[in-house]
Amino acid sequence: MNEQARKPARKKVELDPRFVSYRHVWVFIESERGEVHPVSWELLGEGRKLADALNVDLCGVVIAGPGERGKGICAEAFGYGADKCYLLQDPVLADYRNEPYTKALTDLVNTYQPEILMLGASTLGRDLAGSVATTLKTGLVADCTELLIDTESRNLAATRPTFGGSLLCTILTQRHRPQMATVRPRVMAMPDADPSRRGEIVEVPFAMLETSIITKVLEYIPDDSRDKPNLPFADIIVAGGRGLKKPENFALVWDLARVLGAEVGGSRPVVQAGWIELDRQVGQSGKTVRPKLYIAAGISGAIQHRVGMDGADVIVAINSDPKAPIFDFAHYGIVGNAMTVLPALTEAFKAHLAQARKAG
Amino acid sequence: MHSVVCIKQVPDSAQIRVHPVTNTIMRQGVPAIINPYDLFALEEALRLKDRFGGTVTVVTMGPPMAEAALRKCLSYGADDAILVSDRSFAGSDTLVTSYALTATLRKIMESMPVDLIFTGKQTIDGDTAQVGPGIAKRLDYQLLTYVSKIVDVDLEHREIRVERRAEGGVQLLKTTLPCLITMLEGTNEMRFGDLDDLFRAARYELKVWDRTVIGIEDPETVGVKGSPTVVSKVFAPRPRSQRAEIIDLQDDSPKNLASTLLARMFTQHPKLEREIAKRAR
Amino acid sequence: MAEKFDVIVVGAGMAGNAAAYTLAKGGLNVLQIERGETPGSKNVQGAILYADAIEKIIPDFRDEAPLERHLIEQRVWVLDDSSYIGTHYRSEAFNQEPYNRYTIIRAHFDQWFNKKAREAGALTICETTVSELLLDGKKVIGVRTDRKGGEIYADAVILADGVNSRLAVKAGFHAEIQPRDVALAVKEIHFLPQETIEARFNIGEEEGVVIEMAGKISAGMMGTGFLYTNKESITLGVGCMLSDFKQQKVTPYALLDRMKSHPSIAPLIAGSEMKEYAAHLIPEGGYNAIPQVWGDGWLIAGDAGQFVNGIHREGSNLAMTTGMLAAQTLVELKQAGKPFTAGNLAKYKRKLDDSFVMKDLKKYRRMPDIFHKNKQFFTTYPELLSKAAQTLIRVDGVDKKTKEKSIKQSFVAARSRLGLIGDAFRFWRAVE
Ligand SMILES: Cc1cc2nc3c(=O)[nH]c(=O)nc-3n(C[C@H](O)[C@H](O)[C@H](O)COP(=O)(O)OP(=O)(O)OC[C@H]3O[C@@H](n4cnc5c(N)ncnc54)[C@H](O)[C@@H]3O)c2cc1C
Ligand SMILES: Cc1cc2nc3c(=O)[nH]c(=O)nc-3n(C[C@H](O)[C@H](O)[C@H](O)COP(=O)(O)OP(=O)(O)OC[C@H]3O[C@@H](n4cnc5c(N)ncnc54)[C@H](O)[C@@H]3O)c2cc1C
Ligand SMILES: Nc1ncnc2c1ncn2[C@@H]1O[C@H](COP(=O)(O)O)[C@@H](O)[C@H]1O
Repeated sequence: MNEQARKPARKKVELDPRFVSYRHVWVFIESERGEVHPVSWELLGEGRKLADALNVDLCGVVIAGPGERGKGICAEAFGYGADKCYLLQDPVLADYRNEPYTKALTDLVNTYQPEILMLGASTLGRDLAGSVATTLKTGLVADCTELLIDTESRNLAATRPTFGGSLLCTILTQRHRPQMATVRPRVMAMPDADPSRRGEIVEVPFAMLETSIITKVLEYIPDDSRDKPNLPFADIIVAGGRGLKKPENFALVWDLARVLGAEVGGSRPVVQAGWIELDRQVGQSGKTVRPKLYIAAGISGAIQHRVGMDGADVIVAINSDPKAPIFDFAHYGIVGNAMTVLPALTEAFKAHLAQARKAG
Repeated sequence: MHSVVCIKQVPDSAQIRVHPVTNTIMRQGVPAIINPYDLFALEEALRLKDRFGGTVTVVTMGPPMAEAALRKCLSYGADDAILVSDRSFAGSDTLVTSYALTATLRKIMESMPVDLIFTGKQTIDGDTAQVGPGIAKRLDYQLLTYVSKIVDVDLEHREIRVERRAEGGVQLLKTTLPCLITMLEGTNEMRFGDLDDLFRAARYELKVWDRTVIGIEDPETVGVKGSPTVVSKVFAPRPRSQRAEIIDLQDDSPKNLASTLLARMFTQHPKLEREIAKRAR
Repeated sequence: MAEKFDVIVVGAGMAGNAAAYTLAKGGLNVLQIERGETPGSKNVQGAILYADAIEKIIPDFRDEAPLERHLIEQRVWVLDDSSYIGTHYRSEAFNQEPYNRYTIIRAHFDQWFNKKAREAGALTICETTVSELLLDGKKVIGVRTDRKGGEIYADAVILADGVNSRLAVKAGFHAEIQPRDVALAVKEIHFLPQETIEARFNIGEEEGVVIEMAGKISAGMMGTGFLYTNKESITLGVGCMLSDFKQQKVTPYALLDRMKSHPSIAPLIAGSEMKEYAAHLIPEGGYNAIPQVWGDGWLIAGDAGQFVNGIHREGSNLAMTTGMLAAQTLVELKQAGKPFTAGNLAKYKRKLDDSFVMKDLKKYRRMPDIFHKNKQFFTTYPELLSKAAQTLIRVDGVDKKTKEKSIKQSFVAARSRLGLIGDAFRFWRAVE
């Protein structure tokens, strides 16, 4: 990280005079009903590095309804690295709606002029980022996987996948400020929180009348979270692909997952075939995951799958084809039939855990 | 009821390969398809037409070959198709794309008012999900992203109610027409047009509009020149320096393979072993 | 729906496009129906294009058709399990314009060809399958499709629907095709950077190579293998008679896999990325298998009429030519104000007989039978040839005369003197 920041610049670049007033790195802290989306903390971790490279402050923007724990969220943000938080609380901001949120964030940007503004690439973040960037007529780079600073030009070099992950490209917003970027959940590492860190809260009034807002939220139906898989935050994932051949064989994946207390995931073909739910799809059009252990059985390792899971600490691949691309990036590979290897692994882990239990 | 659906022709990214040396896209043999997410938008617009009557117009900004994508939309049942094509558009980013599409939409509105604009959730080549919101903001339309269901439309009172996929739940939203909807995938299934549609699509005289038709005078405001974002570098993902350590004891039983794996993995990753052991308690 | 056309062409392959183009140019109102998503979408792989046939239809095709490479070298290999013996023929004459043979990617070529037909005035609809012919007595009056509102009328229908044409069989115009008359070919397309291909085959930017393969590659079945160089890819495949696959219980895919791992072939495709796998039937019955190809209001062209020269691996040129001739027949009749009755359409048969199509097919009419009955061409000979070559080439102190003698003996031992003479005679008779 930040290699570029440390490199001495070859040529002295004058900062565009229009940009001089634009300073500091901002992260939009996404919260709904007082619940902060973890991607915001991941972004603060990343934002801290950028702010340090630029030698500026890292600021959070918290937008919430009046009854919600806005200050509490700010305090948490300081723990994750923010120096300052702008807090907007108003009844019209209680539920996420594009119109008031876009106005709130654009007004704030126009007033305080950050040089970088980052949002999570969640459904909320993408809705808001696209609207804000267009209103500000500035560039926006979606789904970044790496963010670097050129300290001379103060440009943000944002790297993101294109063509379904087959290629990466680095994008600059040289002639506009702020430079905007979104990042998908779990792409950046979760920073450690330091609860003793303090910062400044700037409360900003927001004046918009409910009667002037056209779109109304009639109802919010929260998802039933009890049975909903939470792959992005699972520590261990056992995933299966088309190599399992039949839906019945997927039981072998569940068996191993049960023993390990793991989540179950899969590649797109098995999701499309209906063997597992959409929420369990890992990859470009599914979830990005970052487990400590990812076991992939009968998955070829196509790029669209890989981009969702290659941040895992340890990847174990079981595939009958020694030439399968998954062996190019897995840490451990077993060339063999998943239908016999999976049960054997289940037994081996069972035995290991039984031993640990005795010892522990 | 007049709906306009913005669609894009994209290379089938499942079939894209990268030249191992030059890192360029090898396009040979890669078919161009309609961005799959846009078909959900088109089908939803067609369903509204089934219910309320009216017109569905499809629009794309792209090279001349994008004509094929538009004809396909016509064969599904769209009434009109417009190809916005101009050399100066090459290299446009999402901000400029939404600018040109907005100019196109304004031009369309000169001859027929628009009630609803549809886009897909995102494209599979750019993958940004930015163009839809961009158009809505420029037109000052209400923006409804990730719509999973159109609950009802009240044409008399110019109101629409939709379900929108939000983080952790579903919002039931009410807003007024005209507005812009980005449609979530998996919400419907594209129909199979009948013979009449096919004949009409094959015979349809496509409208091709260039920059001046949609009223963009200055070529510097579009294409690479007009785009705030600049691609500075394209490269292939770095392969991990090491291939997987293959646990492959010839003719060994799965049982031995499994225990060998555990032994090696836990020696090299003691933290992982502790993590798993924690689960035993 | 009461649309009526002069002619409906079923299929947008080589034969169908040639027919639709010729009809439209001739001023007829023509509808072309293709079941694939786009013309050629079902014909995704690479192939060889022989210039003469297309040249007769679109003389300046070279200026705009999507062509991959023109062929400058032909290799013929006979393989056993670990080696090949063969000839390589490369000539600067092949590098003189106008070129004679090209590799093409069918998906691209067919789309271009169809575009020409549409520009000429044909109407093409895709993703629509003709489910049956509409008959009035014995006369074809139109087609029924799988789309809603799916009946369309025409004065004549050209069936250019490819090898497993069901329509004519369903209408009772001819019997089912026999497994012994069709080969099953499996093909893969392997992507490689252009420079890699050019280095591996020692060719320049637009130059190409074909390798025709025979021998143990077909696992003792009647069949051959092939490899073509495209711009950024290599097409390779193997085809064997369907009847043989049935008998020997070998899967086509296993056969192709074996071929790819052959030590002479593996290095040519090493490091490539396989993109497409396709299986397709090729009519190989030859002259004797050609059914009745005309009748009251109908004509058959291309693979649907079994117009393929299996020995020379020619098909698309015959398809284009028959499509063109069928169309010309209709155009001429229309211009003369004559109806499309069976009697009038017999003119198509005369045109076929006068063309290279029937002349070539007639010449090789005995070939399929000989190969069916004499499997040694695919089993014993390749190994003998390879052994012979090794014996001759290896320097091991044995004098050449003794070597030649032992080679001769090995042939005789394997086939008997009479068998060898018989094989030679049969082969000569077949091509004479
Ligand atoms: C726009 C776009 C987005 C996409 N998004 C995603 C995404 O989010 N997630 C995703 O996963 N994919 C995605 N894909 C699809 C992706 O390109 C691949 O098609 C997919 O990942 C392949 O899944 P697979 O590995 O399960 O199946 P396959 O590619 O069919 O691989 C199956 C593997 O199993 C092995 N195998 C077979 N039998 C056995 C056995 N008995 N034991 C062990 N191994 C065996 C085979 O060797 C093979 O490697 C996307 C594609 C596109 C175009
Ligand atoms: C592996 C292989 C290699 C070959 N290599 C060569 C070569 O190198 N050179 C060469 O000259 N020839 C080659 N051939 C032969 C050549 O491909 C064929 O002879 C030629 O394509 C025949 O053209 P066609 O138009 O008759 O049929 P096709 O090209 O098969 O076209 C028939 C079309 O009709 C459509 N269709 C079928 N049924 C219906 C229906 N009911 N309704 C609507 N549409 C329908 C199909 O989708 C298809 O597009 C090869 C064939 C194979 C299989
Ligand atoms: N060039 C274009 N022409 C028409 N519509 C487009 C174009 N680019 C994007 N869109 C629409 O905007 C949506 C989002 O695209 P993107 O922001 O590229 O992910 C797509 O699903 C399309 O509906």
